[in-house]
Amino acid sequence: MKYAFYPGCVSRGGTPELYDSTIAVANKLGIELEEIVGAACTGAGVLQEKGLKLGDTLNARTFAMAERMGLTTIMTICSTCQGVMSQANKRLLADSDYLAEINEELKPEGLEYTGRIVIKHFAWVLVEEIGLDTLKTFVTNPLEDMKIAPFYGCYILRPSDALGADENPGRNEYLERIIEALSGEAVNFPGRLQCCGFPIMLINEKNSMEMVGRHTHNAKAAGADAMVTPCPLCHLNLDGQQPKAQAQRGEKIGMPILHLPQLVGMAMGLTQKELGLGRHIVSTKNLLSKASVRA
Amino acid sequence: MQANLQVRRYDPELSEQGSHLQEYHLEVPDHFTVLDTLMKVREEDDPSLALRCSCRASICGSCAMTVNGRASLVCKTKLSEVSPNGETVLVEPMNNQRVVKDLVIDLQFFWGKVRAVEPYLKPRGEEPEGEYIASNESMLNLLTPMGCIMCGACVSACTVLEVDKNFLGPAALAKAYRFVADPRDGETQQRLEALNDESGAWDCTRCYMCVDVCPKGVAPMERIMDIRELIMEAGMTNTPGARHVESFARTVAHSGRLDEPMLAIDTWGRTNVVKLMGNAMLGFRTLRRGKLPLRSGPFHQKQPGADAVGRIFKRLSK
Repeated sequence: MKYAFYPGCVSRGGTPELYDSTIAVANKLGIELEEIVGAACTGAGVLQEKGLKLGDTLNARTFAMAERMGLTTIMTICSTCQGVMSQANKRLLADSDYLAEINEELKPEGLEYTGRIVIKHFAWVLVEEIGLDTLKTFVTNPLEDMKIAPFYGCYILRPSDALGADENPGRNEYLERIIEALSGEAVNFPGRLQCCGFPIMLINEKNSMEMVGRHTHNAKAAGADAMVTPCPLCHLNLDGQQPKAQAQRGEKIGMPILHLPQLVGMAMGLTQKELGLGRHIVSTKNLLSKASVRA
Repeated sequence: MQANLQVRRYDPELSEQGSHLQEYHLEVPDHFTVLDTLMKVREEDDPSLALRCSCRASICGSCAMTVNGRASLVCKTKLSEVSPNGETVLVEPMNNQRVVKDLVIDLQFFWGKVRAVEPYLKPRGEEPEGEYIASNESMLNLLTPMGCIMCGACVSACTVLEVDKNFLGPAALAKAYRFVADPRDGETQQRLEALNDESGAWDCTRCYMCVDVCPKGVAPMERIMDIRELIMEAGMTNTPGARHVESFARTVAHSGRLDEPMLAIDTWGRTNVVKLMGNAMLGFRTLRRGKLPLRSGPFHQKQPGADAVGRIFKRLSK
């Protein structure tokens, strides 16, 4: 299994542990990743505010680069990258004149997007390509007695027509199924499909912190030992800003937030160091001793 | 088919007891909608069940409720779709709005938001002899917001309204766009200034909830993005929201990828000492864990191909 790997900006910036744990887990699972070197930021929905064509061109460029590598599936590790790319691809494939217009912009680099790319998040690759039965065979440290609250991140779910909700029903329950395949217990809590508040963190901090506080509080109230997210932007807010959210709420929460590959790696016997579990703002110490993860 | 409903009941005369769930089990024809089923309950089983509906054809917008947690017009929701194998269907009143009784919510909140954006044309200049003429072409991008039936599903699903009732919200902002973009309106500038203010267009998280639940394809969030674009085109760029977009674009155009620390500093304002100091602790924590991107600002490294990305920005960035 070989994929064109799009790590996104944040796994190479504020959450390096996501990048490292992805590579470690992919190596164990036999997923071959070839990084699309030089691919631009997807725009994260922000550049799209400056006009859709700019964002679509940047993403078409990434798709064309993956095609030039001879690959047809791009693997992402970020809900936001996934959503923005899926939407761009949908628009590009729906209108051949638009695609031709955008390919004109790619000509100076000798690139052309022919429309053959499929974009899949690591979570989708696990369920749809590797398969949960196969994943189970890699579990050497089952997460028994571990209660994990899944937090999806908006862009891996919505808009549902661009995110393949009809073709692949159940994508809004993949995290639960992965947690169960790792022998953990998936915790249901209000907020699992909601927004983490990251996009307005710099613009309306109070509202953003209220969202972080509520989600982490609700996960804790539901008995979760940790939350898991496939989105590094959710991680930046739920983990990085949790101290601030706690202060605003006047409540100690202390909810560890895991990146999806970290959770998978924990069950596969990878070490804390390999998974970068010491690089979080909210301590993972108690969680790791409960889950018997080696240092 | 067998219908199994769980309905959230609330009686204001017994308000101290709060709400509770009540189950109904009944046999209904396969083609029944959730609304048909609720009406059958009310007519044949429990006349005390309160719900609001009228046209039963997705036109009037009266019957929005949440079905299995999702804001929906119940007249447009087939029971067989949400309960293909007889699963229990959870029907509750809409979120973010005060419940009057059972499934009926108070519409004051919704209309208050819509009224706040002054949802009527304010033409300027001399009144024409006949009607105000607008070309067909100039009205095309108004077709989606004009399709709004004021059902309130987007308001129910909005993740910002859940934490901040002052936010204008998706329905009112989509309505605001409809007038901002109308060529016959004479107060575009004033409208944009109001929308640029607190609790306006910049407070949306872009979570797509409203886009997903809207039964009419209004895509309120996309209209909010249209408003942001118009705000920036009108030169109103001295807000955290606008600075966020500009900084984002500047760093990606320069390096091909995002410069996270600069994005924060630019959005707060480079001389905003209070914010910078207020976040010093977070900076310290991330630094200590080796995850503060130190190559930032003038040291932000260009990735391969960054010059090609810069050229695309030059050609396509407005």
